[in-house]
Amino acid sequence: MAGYIIRRVLYMIPVLFGVLIVVFVLMRLIPGDPIEIFYQSGEIGGSGATSREGGEVSRKAIETLRESYNLDKSPPHQFVLYVWDVVRGDLGTSIAYRRPVVDMIASHWPATFALTMASMAVAITIGVGAGVVSAIKRHTFVDYGAQMFAILGISFPPFFVGLLLILVFAIKWQTDDGVGMLPAVSNGYGKELILPALTLGTAASAILARLTRSSMLDVLSRDYVRTARSKGLRERVVVMGHALRNALIPVVTVIGLEFGGLLAGAVIIEAVFHRQGLGLRLIDAIIDRDYPVVQGLVLLSAVIYAVANLLVDVLYTYIDPRVRLETTGN
Amino acid sequence: MASDTIVEGKTGLEAAAAPKPRSEWTMAWRRLRRNKAALAGLAVLIVISLAAIFADVIATEPENHFDIMAAELPPGSEGHPLGTDDIGRDVFSRIVRGSRISLRVGFSAVTISAIAGTLIGLSAGYFGRWVDMVISRIIDVMLAFPGLLLAMTVVAALGSGLNNAMIALGVAGIPFYARVVRSTTLAARELVYVRAARAVGMSDARIMLRHILPNIVSPILIMATLGLGGAILAAAGLSFLGLGAERPSPEWGLELSSSRHLLRSSWWISTFNGLAIAITVLSINLLGDGLREALDPQAGAWSH
Repeated sequence: MAGYIIRRVLYMIPVLFGVLIVVFVLMRLIPGDPIEIFYQSGEIGGSGATSREGGEVSRKAIETLRESYNLDKSPPHQFVLYVWDVVRGDLGTSIAYRRPVVDMIASHWPATFALTMASMAVAITIGVGAGVVSAIKRHTFVDYGAQMFAILGISFPPFFVGLLLILVFAIKWQTDDGVGMLPAVSNGYGKELILPALTLGTAASAILARLTRSSMLDVLSRDYVRTARSKGLRERVVVMGHALRNALIPVVTVIGLEFGGLLAGAVIIEAVFHRQGLGLRLIDAIIDRDYPVVQGLVLLSAVIYAVANLLVDVLYTYIDPRVRLETTGN
Repeated sequence: MASDTIVEGKTGLEAAAAPKPRSEWTMAWRRLRRNKAALAGLAVLIVISLAAIFADVIATEPENHFDIMAAELPPGSEGHPLGTDDIGRDVFSRIVRGSRISLRVGFSAVTISAIAGTLIGLSAGYFGRWVDMVISRIIDVMLAFPGLLLAMTVVAALGSGLNNAMIALGVAGIPFYARVVRSTTLAARELVYVRAARAVGMSDARIMLRHILPNIVSPILIMATLGLGGAILAAAGLSFLGLGAERPSPEWGLELSSSRHLLRSSWWISTFNGLAIAITVLSINLLGDGLREALDPQAGAWSH
């Protein structure tokens, strides 16, 4: 078991190194010098305006900045320096905010993390619930309704669902003093979290519902379920005790992957609700061409994704002993 | 809707790759014809495609025509069935023109992913050894970017814009096709007639295109159909984020984001544009689900 985890962690390193190379090369494809681009175009979007105050930045100041970003060195040299920094836990400094990327991550991380946790709770409740009910009540209206919900959930763009929720709960449905029931702009961790979590959670629940349903149907037709039934066990015990436990094995993978993709999923939702999380920072950084921030955030999400993948595989060996046999036999 | 048998994970697609006689396609069409949801999806998709082709005939107003005096008219107003936006442009006409953009971007992105992914996967599976080693590691790296992040990084490099978003989505889709094609090719390479073809000295390119490719067509078709919906959704998402289409383009995702501050006064602009995306993607997904069941009756519920 320990050997397996070590092997997996060791394999993660070259893959993440590959990600680092890809991001680094892509960022160098941006034509022109990032510092000059940043200071010359006045119309850059995002919210990096603070460092642009004072109009014309002197040539000398730009040169100094280029040196501090190592841009006066050759790309391979820059890469070596960057890798060395990353290994030491330094992701560079934002051009727009003049702030270490690590600091930005630290201050915007909680908003994204809370959104992810809340939406995963929504997704698992609705998704697994709908999937199980759908499978048990197969070919009934409940089943068709759940399947309809699932395909709609996959087809509706999350940003549209978010805007519809804002329209209903923040604009149309108001309390007596003319304020919306729920806030449309979300920066807190209480009821501000409800609409964004519902939006992101619904999208993920559609995928989970489909998967749970088919996995459940598969398991319900297995011999051990038939055996359990013929032993005279109550249906509830058969479904919850025998079937669900096994049916959830593939579901856990998808939950893990969804969780690992938290930053990617949060990007659009944070844009809809102006939530000051990492996703919003990433969009700003892409529009501003603030490449240290793009590099840092993409790398961070790849690491989280890889770790989530690993955790899912480890978890597997606990839920499903058959996998353990397979890996030790390898 | 979905058939109830399941083959776990990707193996469903691999099962679809088993060699089939030509009449399989007729059989598949028969199965598809019985699937009402899929047929409804196909019908709606045909209507949307016609709307895209004849957009200039169907649109009631010329492109970029605006009329400040007729701003923010609600749906059902005379001459404006879906209302007008804040500078008096007809919402219906813009949505019809938007269909052209979304379908073009979706088809192009999927074509890029499918062709490049197939060629790469074919080479990896057929040549094996170091070619497979190198390609598989590259696929692993591309798959290490969660969700839209690879596409967003490519957009960051190329600069925002609809064509760049399209290329970015195309590139980001490559590893999924490459992975499936690689594994089906690995299986097909050992088929007797493929080995025979190699034994009589047929060229590698000819074996790959004439003898292996036909085995892979149906999983690619299923992936491409479901991928088309995903690409349209993702392209609208990138435009919504300001990384895709630029004003005054009638692209649906862009329309949604640029009319969101009007949600309070004129809900219809965002709502109808959002519905346009949802209906298009829904019809494609229904057709894709149906195709999967028709071409691959074994794998009922291969999700994603």
